[in-house]
Amino acid sequence: MTKASTASSHRDREHHLSLLKQMLRVRRFEEKCVELYSQQKIRGFLHLYIGEEAVCTGLMQAVSADDAMVATYREHGHALLRGIPMNAVLAEMYGKQEGCSGGRGGSMHLFDKATHFIGGNAIVGGGMPVAVGYALAAKLRKLKAISWCVFGEGAMAEGEFHESMNLAALWQLPVVFCCENNYYAMGTALDRSESETNLLKHAKSYRINAQSVDGMDVLATEAASHAAAKWVRAGKGPYFLEFQTYRFRAHSMFDPERYREKAEVHDREQHGPIKRYGEQLRELGILDDTGLNTLEAEIAQEIQNAVDFAEAGQLEPVASLSRFVYSEGAAS
Amino acid sequence: MATQEITYREAAREALRAALHNDERVFLMGEDVGRYGGPYAVSLGLLEEFGPDRIRDTPLSESAFVGAGIGAALGGMRPIVEIMTVNFSLLAADQIINTAATYLHMSGGQFNVPLVIRMATGAGFQLAAQHSHSLEGWYAHIPGLKIVTPATLEDVRGMLPTALADPDPVLIFEHLALYNRKGQLVEDAGPVDIDRARVRRQGTAVSLITYGNSLWKCIEAAEQLAGEGIDAEVVDLRSLRPLDDQTIMASVRKTRRAVIVDEGWRSGSLSAEIAARIHEQAFYELDAPVVRLCSEEVPIPYAKHLEEAALPQAEKIVRAVRELLGT
Repeated sequence: MTKASTASSHRDREHHLSLLKQMLRVRRFEEKCVELYSQQKIRGFLHLYIGEEAVCTGLMQAVSADDAMVATYREHGHALLRGIPMNAVLAEMYGKQEGCSGGRGGSMHLFDKATHFIGGNAIVGGGMPVAVGYALAAKLRKLKAISWCVFGEGAMAEGEFHESMNLAALWQLPVVFCCENNYYAMGTALDRSESETNLLKHAKSYRINAQSVDGMDVLATEAASHAAAKWVRAGKGPYFLEFQTYRFRAHSMFDPERYREKAEVHDREQHGPIKRYGEQLRELGILDDTGLNTLEAEIAQEIQNAVDFAEAGQLEPVASLSRFVYSEGAAS
Repeated sequence: MATQEITYREAAREALRAALHNDERVFLMGEDVGRYGGPYAVSLGLLEEFGPDRIRDTPLSESAFVGAGIGAALGGMRPIVEIMTVNFSLLAADQIINTAATYLHMSGGQFNVPLVIRMATGAGFQLAAQHSHSLEGWYAHIPGLKIVTPATLEDVRGMLPTALADPDPVLIFEHLALYNRKGQLVEDAGPVDIDRARVRRQGTAVSLITYGNSLWKCIEAAEQLAGEGIDAEVVDLRSLRPLDDQTIMASVRKTRRAVIVDEGWRSGSLSAEIAARIHEQAFYELDAPVVRLCSEEVPIPYAKHLEEAALPQAEKIVRAVRELLGT
């Protein structure tokens, strides 16, 4: 595990606590979603990110304001940390018009133009060409923005993965391919899905620089993301990051989890990213019970506010059902 | 006004050239659009004129380059993606249907996709089942897309700029048989609308409702029928989504009879949609049930005589009209 720096400066301490808080914020939000799902406040598919928080937290540290991100249907964490207000994210799951997609997307389709958050794509691999295209636009327009393309290892069996990797490498486009390898494509384990389970070899076959990272170690994911971003921003072409992580909860709320042993999940939970990092910060004297309680209280308050906001939100009038099939007004 | 003799292919090229000149955000990408000069020579010479950044050859990765067109459109460009033929567009169906057509709605109006996709369509060249599809009617099923089918020089020249100015995805279907078609085009030809049908031949006895290359088969049939004293009107749909109900119904109300000619298959088709709309909107003004002339329900065969038999032809249209009129 990456050692936290000795945290000599105030800035370092703040940063460590901020990383912990971001992970906790995602964790507690997801836990609330489970509760709200069982109360039938949230419906449809719900894919939880619990266990994988160090990945989106680490990589988000390297994302700049102008960058675009294309994510998957397991994207609540990315959306929150990218800066979409929790109120708007939860209202979206409630199907309310105050939601970040106006209630038309739901859990799998969180969008936000202000932060260039281009979904929430629920077709495995489907967002990848879009991320490549955004990078093409950035390159042609000579912008500094880069494209962050988040996907699971299951997407690597899709043609769109291979087509996108090839195109990005061929055209040397500024894309960071972020593979969240949680070892199960829904219920299909990696070695039952890929003939070559060393995922870096897939990337390298396209002459794309690639690195594998302990995705349960937030400092490691942060450092790797910065390194990848530096490479891509320097105009050296795309970069591939494999974050080795693990999903502690079921694939979705409909998943009976017949495909893995409870002991395996239990074992991985013992080395969870928040637990590990919290212990590390305690050892360094950065975190104590009081500090943790403060963080938890702040997050709990934010979540309660979001629930109140979503509850109070309005349902869009059915009369406007057919809006947004085509643009309203002039060409943009 | 001065006109020039020009082919459909050249008119399509002029449209591309003008678009590339007028807006630096516009670029063309697709298979063999550059060095090869375009699979149908539409983009011949454009690489030399505009360079490889704007006339961009792609690998055979339909899904990736269509999706990249979507992403580039979201990133502020105005891409024109060329898919060699509609047959290959099936490899990009995910991007067209799941992404391009949905993002605006799924994002609550935040992310419109100003993307233009051009592709060749249709049969008639003995290319057999995998290279002879007419699936434009099938794409017209999808809310969020606009589907246009330029059949004339004016339209292939003028629909592209209008499509590029549109904030949403527009699919342009160019029938293979049209590329060599010659005619006169005014020298300053410019944008045309992409949502209205046009009456290409006025008539009183029957409305032939069609689009794409079948337009010319209908015109040929109408001329033959005129010799028999039957005055057929020909409606060129031009846009399959949206459908211009107003023009269709105005024609049918005038002639009281409709024959729909569509190179697509009959079942679950565009022709079925139009027939249903006529029945919904003009039933009491009809003198006879709507007739449909579509491709036979077989994969399009290679052998010339079988392929011809599978497709709507002028002669079949003439027969269908005679039967309808009881002459």
